[in-house]
Amino acid sequence: MSKVIEGLRYSESHEWVKVEGGLAVVGVSDFAQKEMGNITYVDLPDVDDEVTAGEDFGALESVKAASDLIAPVSGRVVEVNEALEDEPELVNQDAYANWIIKVEMSDPSELDALLDAEAYKKISD
Amino acid sequence: MKYYDKLIFELSREGRSGYSLPENKFGHCLKELPKALRRPAAPELPKVSEIDVVRHYTNLSQMNFGVDTGFYPLGSCTMKYNPKINEEIAALPGFNGLHPLQPEATVAGAKAVYEGMDKALAAITGMAGFTFMPCAGAHGELTGLMIIREYHRRRGDTARTKIIVPDSAHGTNPASAAVCGLEVVEVKSNANGLVDVEALKPLLGPEVAGIMMTNPNTLGLFEKDIKEIAALVHECGGLLYYDGANMNPLLGVVRPGDMGFDVMHLNLHKTFSTPHGGGGPGSGPVGVAKHLVDILPDVKVSGFNGNFGVILRAYAYILMLGRENVKLAGKYATLSANYIKESLKDCYKLPIPSVCKHEFVYDGLIDDGASKAPDGHGATTLDVAKRLLDFGFHAPTIYFPLLFHQALMIEPTETESKETLDDFIEVMRKIAAEAAENPMILRDAPHCTPIRRPDETTAARNPILKYQDSICE
Amino acid sequence: MGTFAYFPHTDEDIRLMLERIGAGSLDELYGDVPRDFVFKGEYNLPEAMSEQQVRDFFSALEAKNTKLKVFVGAGAYDHYTPSVIPYITSRSEFLTAYTPYQAEISQGTLRYIFEYQSVICSLTGMDVSNASMYDGPTAAAEAVRMILACTKKKTRVLLSKGLLPNVQKVVETYSKFHGDQIDYIDLEGGLTSLESLKKELAAGDVAGIIVPAVNRYGIIEDYSGFADAVHEAGGVVVEYCDPSALAVIKTPADWGFDIAVGDGQPLGIPLCFGGPYVGFMACRKDYVRKMPGRIVGQTTDSEGRCFVLTLQAREQHIRREKATSNICSNESLMALFVTVYASLMGAEGLKKVNCLSFSGAHYLYEELLKTGKFAPVFDAPFLKEFVLKPLVPVEKLQKKLLEGGYFAALQTEEGYVSFCVTEKHGKEEIDALVELVKEVEQ
Repeated sequence: MSKVIEGLRYSESHEWVKVEGGLAVVGVSDFAQKEMGNITYVDLPDVDDEVTAGEDFGALESVKAASDLIAPVSGRVVEVNEALEDEPELVNQDAYANWIIKVEMSDPSELDALLDAEAYKKISD
Repeated sequence: MKYYDKLIFELSREGRSGYSLPENKFGHCLKELPKALRRPAAPELPKVSEIDVVRHYTNLSQMNFGVDTGFYPLGSCTMKYNPKINEEIAALPGFNGLHPLQPEATVAGAKAVYEGMDKALAAITGMAGFTFMPCAGAHGELTGLMIIREYHRRRGDTARTKIIVPDSAHGTNPASAAVCGLEVVEVKSNANGLVDVEALKPLLGPEVAGIMMTNPNTLGLFEKDIKEIAALVHECGGLLYYDGANMNPLLGVVRPGDMGFDVMHLNLHKTFSTPHGGGGPGSGPVGVAKHLVDILPDVKVSGFNGNFGVILRAYAYILMLGRENVKLAGKYATLSANYIKESLKDCYKLPIPSVCKHEFVYDGLIDDGASKAPDGHGATTLDVAKRLLDFGFHAPTIYFPLLFHQALMIEPTETESKETLDDFIEVMRKIAAEAAENPMILRDAPHCTPIRRPDETTAARNPILKYQDSICE
Repeated sequence: MGTFAYFPHTDEDIRLMLERIGAGSLDELYGDVPRDFVFKGEYNLPEAMSEQQVRDFFSALEAKNTKLKVFVGAGAYDHYTPSVIPYITSRSEFLTAYTPYQAEISQGTLRYIFEYQSVICSLTGMDVSNASMYDGPTAAAEAVRMILACTKKKTRVLLSKGLLPNVQKVVETYSKFHGDQIDYIDLEGGLTSLESLKKELAAGDVAGIIVPAVNRYGIIEDYSGFADAVHEAGGVVVEYCDPSALAVIKTPADWGFDIAVGDGQPLGIPLCFGGPYVGFMACRKDYVRKMPGRIVGQTTDSEGRCFVLTLQAREQHIRREKATSNICSNESLMALFVTVYASLMGAEGLKKVNCLSFSGAHYLYEELLKTGKFAPVFDAPFLKEFVLKPLVPVEKLQKKLLEGGYFAALQTEEGYVSFCVTEKHGKEEIDALVELVKEVEQ
């Protein structure tokens, strides 16, 4: 069973969002990291890149697979988790503690379209 | 096999060398070059004698598996026997020593090779003419797509920017389309593993440049609706591209040109017996129907004349085959594949049981032994593949096509004897029995190869990509 | 049914196999193919030849070619091939192997590719190399897409007009279809012009440039100031290099450049009418994820050091349309070829090769000028290739040389003629060439 944390919003493509002081903190779910297996590389966007909800902003790589990271919300990237550049395995160790990007949202109402923990549990079983 | 753990750099000793060159009698030297243009420090290359080099690479070769070592049941790769006369022909000094820009009159023999190959491939495929510039299959795909785009462009039809690719296609298809600036539209397969004609219809329209088809497809199934598909695509103004990676079962039986294809490539290193070389050089000539022949000279995709040395080998093979034996090649390949398919379906899942062409796909073991494993995990397709290495066989293509989770894709080719196929079948049965009994034997395999399973995760997380990095570690 | 050496099937085998399958005949296996697609005619091919007939057939074709003493380069250089190399590359364990996806039985291939990558990095000064590309021109064409991937927001790539014509042509072809904008940097006195570059950079949209180490006139370029100018404008620099020459001239790394591409052919690969050769591509560490093609890395198994294909998630079989390139098969065996060459020659041997080529070329240059049949064109340092302005009709000159068994004085677009000398050409051969030139009349 993979871990789902209450209070976060989730996308059907297995990203999570936590709203912190007007910023959307984005990562991937525990389910996603388990599906990928050993993550060998996190392809991060640059700070100031614009991301669009539903479009990819980066990718996770394992030895035999690559999976696009899909932005759950639109906006400007204000911070990327640089620790993942050298230690992509952090996502495997704790997918919720190790966020990937922080986004200044251009349309916070997009959050409403995301799943809550209960609904996400159903699709990630 | 013993394991030889050296790199040529590690044999280096100051004062040794492996070359022999004439004396300089010209009275010039490199010091005449301005210092600002000269390399400040010599490159770090091995300092070794000739025998060091010969022994080192002979030892390396002994840790390698090739077609001459044993059987490759490798799906979509057509690892047939590489005849030795081909090598002799390619090494002839009268071909080997030709500069690519030599005047026409001095290369009449080489030109005749291209003309002869053009004619022979046209006869075999039903296409009107070929370009030999592409150096590999994917390079051929790209070239073929360029020809399709150029055809539309010359007609002033610039809206055609989409290319339809089946979900079972080789990964190179969508990648080649992207490199050619085309947008990939995927068409689904139906339950029988064939392109779903009903799903295709709504995708067609004035933005479609064409469709890329592999026939037989990567499941080894003949796309029997090809006539209808060709009519639909042509009707909407698109062209049909034939991915020749799977041409082998049709060799001497069916010609892509007759099925309505406008453009195709061939892999000379698959269908026409030239050696794979550990990943090249190959050759991917592209053939086109009559209405596209004019475009061929305008698509310059490599430096000179393509891989002439490979083309020579393929020509020698075709002349050996001749009009008689060519008719048997595809049929024997198909016979071999169906023979294996029918012989192992009681221990490997066969998702599509119908008659196959040169290859087919199992979807993993019927009994993976999960109940016998301490952690409850049975043996996977990867484990079967690795265990095969212990028995002196190459692994099949695994986890492709993506339509099946435990795909094991097997292609035996026409050059393997019934005894070889029987040995393979017996080993595959033995492996299935081992899995059911004790899957750990498979999960820990291979046991008898020069190395055990390498740590690929660490290789990707902390890349060491050259000798100089490895000594810093 | 007659027998054929490559098909081991006996009639009895076929019968037994069909029986297992439950088919009545070989044709029945094609029952799913619409009848009108099954080819019923005779294939328009010659009758099957015996091995000896094949040998005779090609000997006859071979005799139609004229073996010439090659004094032309233009992207294919007639350097000497030590006999050890074909001996090793024809070993069937290397020759008949598949791509080394099964690392456990491919350590031979994986090790030589790792060595090849090391050799290319040593020669170019770059941090990482891929496992090879098709040829130099296609490596340059792929570099355009890599440049654009490395500098997301810029759109234009500049090529030096000093690049070989066939490199320009292939880059143009690829770029036209991918939709990349290509422009040119002018030459001045036969050298890539920094002024022209700066003018283009001022537009602010230049993602990168591709410039030759030794240009189409054989001139060794001086790139002082280029790297800074391009980097300041947010672009990357690709150098198209002759890897043999890099043993003695400044490397792309020495100039502060980011990516190196070129053709490995000058490292002893036979001319072979244009191929197979081997493209190479190497870059700074930061750009490795944007680099196309296979890469081999070092790792361990339970016993110790070993080698695998790595960083595969960039490639077409995983990333499909999002891959860095569509390249799959490359020129692996030719990578072995140049690795063995570099091992035999070492830095010292390569330096001697360059020294002999340089010396022979300069000797020929001087002797040709002395004949009074040529005028100099550029006053710039060259290595083994140079151009002159002919003062006699080019057709007559070429015809004379050809009659004497020489392929030399290749005409360029500008009407110059180019010559190239390698260590294969002795003084007697050059003197004889000059004698022929002297006989050419106005």
